[in-house]
Amino acid sequence: MARAIVNVPSQAKRGEIIEIKTLAAHPMETGFRRTQLGELIPRDIIRRFVCTYNGAEVFRVDLHPAVAANPLIAFTTVATESGTIAFQWAGDNGYAVTETASIRVE
Amino acid sequence: MSVRAGVRSCLALAAACVLLDFAAAAEIPPAERRSGYDLMGRETRAMQDDDAGNPGMLWVLDGEALWNKKAGAADRACSDCHGNARESMKAVAARYPAFDAALGRPVNLEQRINLCRTGRQKAPALAFESRELLALTAYVGRQSRGLPINIAIDARSKPFLDAGSDAFHRRQGQLNLACAQCHDDNWGKRLAGSVIPQAHPTGYPLYRLEWQGLGSLQRRFRNCLSGIRAQAPDFGAAEFVDLELYLMWRANGMKIETPAVRP
Repeated sequence: MARAIVNVPSQAKRGEIIEIKTLAAHPMETGFRRTQLGELIPRDIIRRFVCTYNGAEVFRVDLHPAVAANPLIAFTTVATESGTIAFQWAGDNGYAVTETASIRVE
Repeated sequence: MSVRAGVRSCLALAAACVLLDFAAAAEIPPAERRSGYDLMGRETRAMQDDDAGNPGMLWVLDGEALWNKKAGAADRACSDCHGNARESMKAVAARYPAFDAALGRPVNLEQRINLCRTGRQKAPALAFESRELLALTAYVGRQSRGLPINIAIDARSKPFLDAGSDAFHRRQGQLNLACAQCHDDNWGKRLAGSVIPQAHPTGYPLYRLEWQGLGSLQRRFRNCLSGIRAQAPDFGAAEFVDLELYLMWRANGMKIETPAVRP
């Protein structure tokens, strides 16, 4: 099952600003909603998103309730060298997803 | 419902009737047909247009995995018979609901997928609105994106088209409203802040921000029916498929957008 989609340009010029888009499949249940019988639906959200570029952290997000389901996180970074961009999502109930993408910088 | 709430909803109904001014009942001329896409905001349109940001693509990717996964007692995958969906499923969604000779009535795409599952794969049918069925439908629908809807009506399917047309024009529910009163006569105006679309099912199954997920056309029907306080048939009911057939026929020539995004 698809758990996340990442979109990274496959190549870029050195020093160029590149846009990275990520989409994670997650219900982002707030913990404030109730069922029709009045029982509280337990919170189930992504808590943290981290992006590393060749091991160095370049972007991080703390997520809270009231973020929509299947959150799209888009950000920019500077293409410094060829290598791997890694993405990590972590959240409630042991939710943990990792994705990687490679980029060639010339 | 208390008496007071009943009185209040009656007043709301009277107000709604005054606001909507039900005068003319005419079908939309072909040149004036608009997809719901044209009536929504710039940000939502951008979300649909960008595959990297369209959350419906999560289901399409799931569907691609399911397409190639063996299932059932026959131990066959969709791809074992149909091959590469990018070729074999091209324009298929654009002609559904289609007449099924064995059943003697039209079936929609979800039912067609389930007929394949029970008949060819010898697997249990997938539940309507389940993630798996939505994913497969979205994946098949995606292969028709950009192609015109092409519903052919012949003598066998004509009675079902007429039944769908009747359902679209028949007043129903406690608010005593017909689909056509909003979607033919008052499209483009607002109902509680939302623009009333023309009800062309060009992008189903689609990602509705309100739902926070993907849903089928029949889920949308059930939304509308509960809005006019009418009793909704079950998913897969013949009445719903006839209505789907009529709406798709009414949208003939418009382009498929699956998986679309709507507010």
